[in-house]
Amino acid sequence: MTLTAETSRPSATAAAGRARRVRLLPRVAPYLQAAPLTVTLLLFLLVPILTIVAVSFWDYDSVRIYPDFVLTNYTELLTSPVTWKTYLNTLKYAALTWAITLGIGFTVAYFLAFHVRSTTWQMVLFLVCTIPFWTSNIIRMISWIPFLGRNGLLNSGLISAGIIDQPLEFLLFSDFSVVLAFVHLYALFMVVPIFNSMMRIDRALIEAARDGGASAAQTLWNVILPLTKPGIAIGSIFVVTLVMGDFITVRLMSGGQSASIGLMIANEISLLQYPAAAANAVVLLAVVLIMVVAMLRVVDIRKEL
Amino acid sequence: MTDTRTPSKSATLSTGVSRRTLLKGTAAVAGAAVGSGAITGFPTIWAQNIKNVTLRQFGTGVSNLNAVADKVKEDLGFTLQMTALDSDAVTQRAVTQPKSYDIADIEYWIGKKVFPAGVMQPMDVKKIKNFDKIVPIFITGKLTPESAIAQGTAPHTVGFVEGKDSTKFAKAPTEWMTLIPTIYNADTLGIRPDLVGRPISSWKDLLDPAFKGKASLLNIPSIGIMDAAMVCEAMGEVKYGDKGNMTKEEIDKTLKIMTDAKKAGQFRAFWKTFDESVNLMSSGEVIIQSMWSPAVAAVRSKGIQCVYQPLKEGYRAWGGGLGIAKHLSGLELDAAYEYINWYLSGWVGAYLNRQGYYSAVLDTAKQHMSPEEWAFWMEGQPAKADILSPEGKVMEKAGAVRDGGSFQDRMGRVACWNAVMDEDRYMVRKWNEFIAA
Repeated sequence: MTLTAETSRPSATAAAGRARRVRLLPRVAPYLQAAPLTVTLLLFLLVPILTIVAVSFWDYDSVRIYPDFVLTNYTELLTSPVTWKTYLNTLKYAALTWAITLGIGFTVAYFLAFHVRSTTWQMVLFLVCTIPFWTSNIIRMISWIPFLGRNGLLNSGLISAGIIDQPLEFLLFSDFSVVLAFVHLYALFMVVPIFNSMMRIDRALIEAARDGGASAAQTLWNVILPLTKPGIAIGSIFVVTLVMGDFITVRLMSGGQSASIGLMIANEISLLQYPAAAANAVVLLAVVLIMVVAMLRVVDIRKEL
Repeated sequence: MTDTRTPSKSATLSTGVSRRTLLKGTAAVAGAAVGSGAITGFPTIWAQNIKNVTLRQFGTGVSNLNAVADKVKEDLGFTLQMTALDSDAVTQRAVTQPKSYDIADIEYWIGKKVFPAGVMQPMDVKKIKNFDKIVPIFITGKLTPESAIAQGTAPHTVGFVEGKDSTKFAKAPTEWMTLIPTIYNADTLGIRPDLVGRPISSWKDLLDPAFKGKASLLNIPSIGIMDAAMVCEAMGEVKYGDKGNMTKEEIDKTLKIMTDAKKAGQFRAFWKTFDESVNLMSSGEVIIQSMWSPAVAAVRSKGIQCVYQPLKEGYRAWGGGLGIAKHLSGLELDAAYEYINWYLSGWVGAYLNRQGYYSAVLDTAKQHMSPEEWAFWMEGQPAKADILSPEGKVMEKAGAVRDGGSFQDRMGRVACWNAVMDEDRYMVRKWNEFIAA
């Protein structure tokens, strides 16, 4: 009796240990599964951002930076009229680009989703939309320059057609050319999510609307538009964040005559003013985050997906 | 002493070269070439293991030439790795990653920023064989004893430090040189003579309303501000104490004039890179702009007329040099000195002169150039034969004359050197305002 009790005790503890191990694994497993992403995000997102925030409080002179805690970078940034002008300018580009890409994106997606009946043709035409993306961003941008220039294709074409006598100067190195390049570069980022949302709309809803006596415009406004909101929101986030952070498009297409925040940061980096650039980056990050949050407040992506 | 040597020699040459002296000259050149070959053999004890040395050089694209690295391997036996960056990146890297390079090929104004950071070591002039023959601009600041010292960061003001471990620039030449000059030139405005429609003679023509929407300025603040200052001074709008070291008030006034011109639509674009300036000019978007001499050559090579116009107010000059990183010692340091001595021994000098730049030691470079080349590039005479680039491409047809003329005419009329100012930070902020305006 006692003997069996004694022998059974260790086996009981062993069984308990095994059970604990068995119970432990399911509890740890999710953490292990999440670990790679967590580590990646920590290393490549959180650490760099924290570094930037830290550096934004450092001091600097023309060659070196000094670990410190000063607010001059922020005060110089926020009290300078240039900063405000540059932000306004960048927001202007973002707003214009957003409005135009939204118009184009919605129209193209609507055409693809509702006018093209066969799935094969939908896919073919969709792929056609992506063709420009097979070449580099910079090439697509730069190719506008000889086209729009004073002696470019467009101007010489218009002149030889007798439509104008003087080349149109505003075509290149102007706000017009900057926005044009942005629209060209980022329209697809609007088309894809909107197209995706539209394809998920149950066709029965549209039939129901028609049966209920709704006109085409009413269907568009009251059925299709609300249901494509998540796509519009995602596309808008893409376009707005891309435009807000851009520097090379603005530099090349404005001929270096306009400023954007990205360009301002790039200038500061090139002049070794890392702390000033960091402060600028932190402010830009905050502004863009506020814009994204605002967009998400208007459209709850997760609910409507 | 050395001040007079170079000018007087080429002066006699330009006044008339008889066939006899020319022949004598070539013989001497050939002799010297053989002699220098014997010197560059360097049969020293470490001649064997120097082959294992690799020197890492970085700098701006102008003088980081692969041809030089190949020739170093051939002549000296060791490997020279080259990295070309733009001048902002060069400054950054020189200061923030001093261990990442052995030799820095930087401009003098960059040197003014970099050297005080203590990342480089000065060179012992006793170990520089051709030190005596270096063009005096880099030693005393004067091309000839009579010439005036130009404004800005003149190379001689940052060319020497007070001692081996000092980072303080010396007022007069010492035995410790910060940078050995390699390449320099005098910059001016580039124009499209077929489109400007009138002779251009002054910096102020950049802001002539006749060229509204057809002018451009380079957008590198430390250089652009100089061109802007040359313009404002020529207009008589601003008087400068030193264009290379402006007061806040002078900066404000200069950029006010530029901003007004920008708002009035004077500028078509601002350029930052070499190729941008070439494209602006060759496409006809811009017909007058600040430009660099190889960019003018690049426009011309497309068959488009372009002139590097000499202006009555003088040139804006720039110069670069080789410096040694602080961490270099022992065999590698010896190799670095070896390399620098070789650099001044003529082959590179001739190579650079043939590109339209100037080299530091003219006597040795001359030995590696044909008399026709020398007469065209250095003496401003009409080319007797087609002038070839170092790669063998025809740059100028026979009969052409170099824009701006001879070495004396160009380097003797420098009004200002590229500079970094005491009010640098303020200037950059104001410059950014001008660009954003």
